[in-house]
Amino acid sequence: MQVTSRHFKDGAHEALQDKDIQTAFSKVKTGFSVARAARVEELPEFDDLRDTAVDIKNHVIENLDYYLEYFEDQVLLQGGKVHWCNTYAEARDAVLEICREADAKTVTKGKSMITEEMALNDFLSEQGIEPIETDLGEYIIQLAHEYPSHIIAPALHKTKDQVTELFHVKHQKYGLTERQTDPQALVNEARNVLREKYVAADVGITGANFLIAETGSTVIVTNEGNGDLTQSLPDTHIAVASIEKIVPTLEDASTMMRLLARSATGQEMSVYTTFSTGPRRKDDIDGPAKFHVILLDSGRSELIGTDKQDLLRCLKCGACMNHCPVYQAVGGHSYGWVYPGPIGAALNPQMVGLEEARHLPNASTFCGRCEEVCPVRIPLPKIMRHWREKSFETQVTPKPERWGIGLWAFFAKRPALYRMITRCGAMALRIAAGKKGRINSLPMMGGWTSVRDLPAPQGKTFMDQWKQQKRGNS
Amino acid sequence: MSETPEPKTVALFVTCLVDINRPSVAFAAIKLLEQAGCTIVVPDTQTCCGQPAYNSGDKKSTKAIASAVIEAFKGFEYVVAPSGSCAGMISKHYPELFADDPTMLVAAEELASRTHELVSFLSDVLNFQPAATALDASLTYHDSCSSLREMKVKDQPRALLASVDGLEIREAEDREACCGFGGTFCIKYSEISGSMVDKKVDNIAATKADILAAGDLGCLMNIAGRLQRRNEDIKVLHVAEVLAGMTDGPGLGEGKR
Repeated sequence: MQVTSRHFKDGAHEALQDKDIQTAFSKVKTGFSVARAARVEELPEFDDLRDTAVDIKNHVIENLDYYLEYFEDQVLLQGGKVHWCNTYAEARDAVLEICREADAKTVTKGKSMITEEMALNDFLSEQGIEPIETDLGEYIIQLAHEYPSHIIAPALHKTKDQVTELFHVKHQKYGLTERQTDPQALVNEARNVLREKYVAADVGITGANFLIAETGSTVIVTNEGNGDLTQSLPDTHIAVASIEKIVPTLEDASTMMRLLARSATGQEMSVYTTFSTGPRRKDDIDGPAKFHVILLDSGRSELIGTDKQDLLRCLKCGACMNHCPVYQAVGGHSYGWVYPGPIGAALNPQMVGLEEARHLPNASTFCGRCEEVCPVRIPLPKIMRHWREKSFETQVTPKPERWGIGLWAFFAKRPALYRMITRCGAMALRIAAGKKGRINSLPMMGGWTSVRDLPAPQGKTFMDQWKQQKRGNS
Repeated sequence: MSETPEPKTVALFVTCLVDINRPSVAFAAIKLLEQAGCTIVVPDTQTCCGQPAYNSGDKKSTKAIASAVIEAFKGFEYVVAPSGSCAGMISKHYPELFADDPTMLVAAEELASRTHELVSFLSDVLNFQPAATALDASLTYHDSCSSLREMKVKDQPRALLASVDGLEIREAEDREACCGFGGTFCIKYSEISGSMVDKKVDNIAATKADILAAGDLGCLMNIAGRLQRRNEDIKVLHVAEVLAGMTDGPGLGEGKR
């Protein structure tokens, strides 16, 4: 996909003016955050589970090479194949080669953020292979030629009316000419269209929520069951996963799963949890004949040993964005690449470059709610701060900002001079405010006064008043 | 006569916003700390905790400012700030800032261990009961993010406010949501900040409380400014002013009455 992160402010401006988007993104609070809080309340060991999950993930990251090879051995033993890919291009080519082998005309796809990163759909289309998203939200945005605005609710930004219109136009070719307005009727219509696609597909592509080293299994969780059909009906199943998705044991996977749905949607568990271990065996009644796992690095291993390593613990649950006031204000697309919200602000500069994504880690008040709800305790504000520091050091931060801070720091380091400046400043603002006690508009402070009045200082600074009092007392 | 405990010496970290914008908050803090039996010192080389530089990524300036704060507050039994944000900067972030400098790290951690946010210091360290004050009004309390999440201040201000005679506390919807201040954020991303503070103001106005109080002047200036831009008639005060009974004067952004 085209990266548009540098236009974050423009995107935010548009989103803030768009009533539909504002309504849509306020729903993450009522839809997800409230439910999460209820599930956490019900589970006294939730915080202990988080600690355990952190330990598991840290252990894996520190021994990643071992577990990845262990995983590969198990996949091979089960009759599957593992493809090691450094870059998106390598991963796309690996997928293409498998599709060519299967002589694929169409592929069905389960919801997968990693294939969004790879821009796999566009690539396959260019190669004459039709990709069909089967998750309802992904299906909607694929029809609309858009991309996800939330990592677990990709079509969050679409209203029901927009979906009605979209289906009405796009489903004409299937003889479905009636305009559906009832949500259930819309779901049924999509289901009917997709049923045919599942059966016709030559290859099914899914992501993986977890890779289990001891069994060589890939795991997906869904609420629609679309992932199961995607991976079990076609002759070939490709699971695409980034390398940090690995956990050592089934037990570890179950620890993670106790956190995942609770943090994401506020469910105890997702409706479907599906383990894939190798291709169909002789006595199996269904399943793919071929089973491939694409292991993709794409810059992740570079994070190991850095101050951003903790990012590799991410479960992609979306809790950080569900609780982020900035995300709720600007929506997902403003972030300009696959991952929106706090995880995007912390991860995207690594993936698309700091110059492109510099706004993302800056557009945060550091309110800390993301870190508070992250099931694997990723210190997201701290990582955003690291990016700000890098941005400042490498002069990616624009000159006026750097000079402004430099000037302020110059005074802050010199108390006597600072007193003089603050004394004058406080008085000047007091006078500017007059009897009203506040200032409506102020040159150079348009950022403040464009949205709010500036409460004027009371008059003399505290330090001056305190000194006077002390003098009076002595 | 029972023995009075040794008075505790408290160095007040005034905070730059209180110093410039609302000195009455510092006087309220001093009044409360003195009621609690403390002796107050105001080190006169203090300026700011360094957050504007820290949050802008200017680590070098931050270190210089933090070093000056560490020096200015050396040797005092306690350091108290009428702000969760500045207290959080000193007690949580100074040690992080000097993580790669063993000598400074020791000094930073030592200062961090002595540094407190005002309300939690009064409650948790001094077990303070405010002198009997009365205020016939309703009040809604805004949890500032750093007070709430960094300094774990949530129940303490509510408990102290409950002791003010006649004061009714009305909780706002979504009270733990950020107000959109965020230091330079509110200027650099004013439109986003505006949307955040609008939601906050909606929730505050819905309580129909007479007073909005919080423990951080940054949030208060932001919220007061937006309340007044929207012509909402709610008086905005720092929680220290309410607890110290200093509620008669104009609230933030109000002219002299």
